[in-house]
Amino acid sequence: MQVIATRPNTLTDLNFTYCPGCLHGVAHRLIAEAIDELGMRNQMMGVAPVGCSVFAYKFFNIDMQEAAHGRAPALATGMKRARPDMNVFTYQGDGDLAAIGTAEIVHAANRGEHITVFFVNNAIYGMTGGQMAPTTLPDMKTTTSPYGRDVDDIGYPIRVCELLNTLVAPYFIERVSLLSPAEIMKAKKAVLKALTYNKEERGFTFIEFVSTCPTNWGLDALESRDWAREHMLPFFKVQNFRDKGIEEAK
Amino acid sequence: MKTEMICAGFGGQGALTIGKFLVKAGMNEGKNVSWLPSYGPEMRGGTANVSTVISDKPVGSPVVAHPDIVIALNQPSIDKFAPMLKAGGLLIYNEDMCPKGTDRTDIKVVSAPMTTIAKEIGNLKVMNMVAIGMVMGNTELVKKETMLNSIAPLQKKAPELYDMNLEAIDKGYELGKK
Amino acid sequence: MAEKVLMKGNEAVAEAAIRAGCRLYFAYPITPQSELIEYMARMMPKAGGVFVQAESEIAAINMVYGASGCGRRAMTSSSSPGIALKQEGISYLAGANLPAVIVNVQRGGPGLGDIQPAQGDYFQATRGGGNGDYYTMALAPSTVQEFADMASLAFDLADKYRNPVVILADGLLGQMMEPVEFLPAKTEAELKELDNQHLDWCCCPNEDEPNHHHHEINSLEIDPVVLEQHVLRLGEKYDKITANEQRWEDYNINADNEILVVAFGTASRICKSAIDELNDAGHNIGLVRPITVWPYPYDAVYKAVGDKVKKVIVFELNLGQMVQDVKIAVNGKVPVDFMGKVGGILFSTDEVKAKIAENLEEAK
Repeated sequence: MQVIATRPNTLTDLNFTYCPGCLHGVAHRLIAEAIDELGMRNQMMGVAPVGCSVFAYKFFNIDMQEAAHGRAPALATGMKRARPDMNVFTYQGDGDLAAIGTAEIVHAANRGEHITVFFVNNAIYGMTGGQMAPTTLPDMKTTTSPYGRDVDDIGYPIRVCELLNTLVAPYFIERVSLLSPAEIMKAKKAVLKALTYNKEERGFTFIEFVSTCPTNWGLDALESRDWAREHMLPFFKVQNFRDKGIEEAK
Repeated sequence: MKTEMICAGFGGQGALTIGKFLVKAGMNEGKNVSWLPSYGPEMRGGTANVSTVISDKPVGSPVVAHPDIVIALNQPSIDKFAPMLKAGGLLIYNEDMCPKGTDRTDIKVVSAPMTTIAKEIGNLKVMNMVAIGMVMGNTELVKKETMLNSIAPLQKKAPELYDMNLEAIDKGYELGKK
Repeated sequence: MAEKVLMKGNEAVAEAAIRAGCRLYFAYPITPQSELIEYMARMMPKAGGVFVQAESEIAAINMVYGASGCGRRAMTSSSSPGIALKQEGISYLAGANLPAVIVNVQRGGPGLGDIQPAQGDYFQATRGGGNGDYYTMALAPSTVQEFADMASLAFDLADKYRNPVVILADGLLGQMMEPVEFLPAKTEAELKELDNQHLDWCCCPNEDEPNHHHHEINSLEIDPVVLEQHVLRLGEKYDKITANEQRWEDYNINADNEILVVAFGTASRICKSAIDELNDAGHNIGLVRPITVWPYPYDAVYKAVGDKVKKVIVFELNLGQMVQDVKIAVNGKVPVDFMGKVGGILFSTDEVKAKIAENLEEAK
């Protein structure tokens, strides 16, 4: 029998604990496949966040550290500085990265730490049960914005890629989406690129995945993807913001 | 034998350095020493100061409440620290910046126009060496020879400054003997 | 014998840490410990080590976590308000069984307080400090020499027990200069040995199957039964530390002591001066100086309460924190009295003498 699909070596054989229709599993798989394909597995270590993907340290079959909420880029800084011959990535959600961990991500990016940050944006706090995130859209209802996000009161969602793109040091910044097979294939290319730059010690690399939360949005898997396409993509535009690799090649 | 001292002056006058040189010489003579500076806003104010202890026994409290010696480079330093001197203690002060001096009569007072002397030698910075010379001339706190050894490395690095330091120590030493 | 150099406590502990094999230091500036971070900024690159000025105290302790999780000696330092910020990371370090050294050059509090020496962080240092059931070892130096010596001791203990160790100094010890003799710097071979000591659990280069490892550095155990076992194992570790690592100094302890003084750190120095003067005048006062304030040397304090001791007096630069441990130690054998100074103000030798003398009078 011919094997046409298999679990990447960089994933453990544990079953994911994510909700049906959640795209964390897809993001995990893309990263794990890319690590395998680039032959980085024995030199790679990662940092898991606090949030839905808190158990990512169990799912990636490499050495992993579990960070306090928002501190993953600080841990990754310590790890990379302690073992400069190894490669490091963090995996963080929107609450972790864009609210409680704002200082850590901005300054890790600003120092140009040689790490890759994978940022999963689904516009809501998933693990704690659907509260408002820093990326929750205007008028979007959550358990802590029950009348819809009032931008006059609590401000607009934060566009993290655009924010980091104001800094000089970052090497690669791209926003991708995971809403269809075609988009997932495109996302994989970006992941490969970021990790290649990581391997080559080019600098700080950052990928934002526009994702969904069927459970807390109260939609099924397919509806949630349609909702994201209709509401998130206009605000969080899929594009490459920075690729110093292309500039340097010129 | 334990000698407690406070050196004080405007920030930048070198009071802390005077303490440091004397304490280092004490250390080089095998004594136990401590050097405790005032820190924070006082560093910029009128009485940047350092408390030092040079002792045969290990230093307990590095905080000096009743100094044996006070070196005051300006009047606010006399006003603040001269009252704390032990009876029979020694006050060394800079006449150029201490117009009122002290009204205590139960202490030994040695003064000199340190700023003027330093200017005459050619560098205001050597004022602290004048003060150090005065301490050594008047007391047996540390030996002059030890102090000369500790500034010896300057001879090669900055011969001109070394000569000026030497002159300042000698001048202070003679003034201190009086 | 090594050459004596005159150094500030802040610089001496930094130099000693580098000599002890610390090659990763992360911190944020704060008075009165800034000479420490500045020394590291100058000297770490020369030692081939890492210095990062972090964006916050929180980031700094989490960088330490990351580096320590990679099995390497890492340190941070701060003063009281900054140490409060680090408590999140310290709790996570303890929960994840990670070694680390944290230097606290204490200043007056609460809140911003002031920048003068104080001992108000005793409870925080000896009772965990962050969330959850845990302890950090807490070493309290009283001289610049001891401050420096503790850098090496702290790293050794941290590695031995895989637990954070706090050096609980204060602004006076940080700012003052005293002669210091340093231990020899670790050799290349010793450094290599240090870097390899944690390879069985830390994040480190990997291999292909069947030897591929999956090390998890983690303080999360979502299953209560598993967390229970984890915390019980931590408890066993703390019992072991308590049994093995109590350190203290007896100063003029004898069977004829009239009064027993207990003080740590800077406060103990002032007490020693006062005791010397009283003993020279014919009294017999003893002092126990806890060097580890956690684990606390309860038995040593108890044993020092001789039959003729009328009273135990505790001197601290706070409102009375260690006095609670002394009361536990003395266990009602004699009365325990207390004198404190707060706000970053030190008591004078005279004040300590007067307090002891007052009790000598009462005892007659």
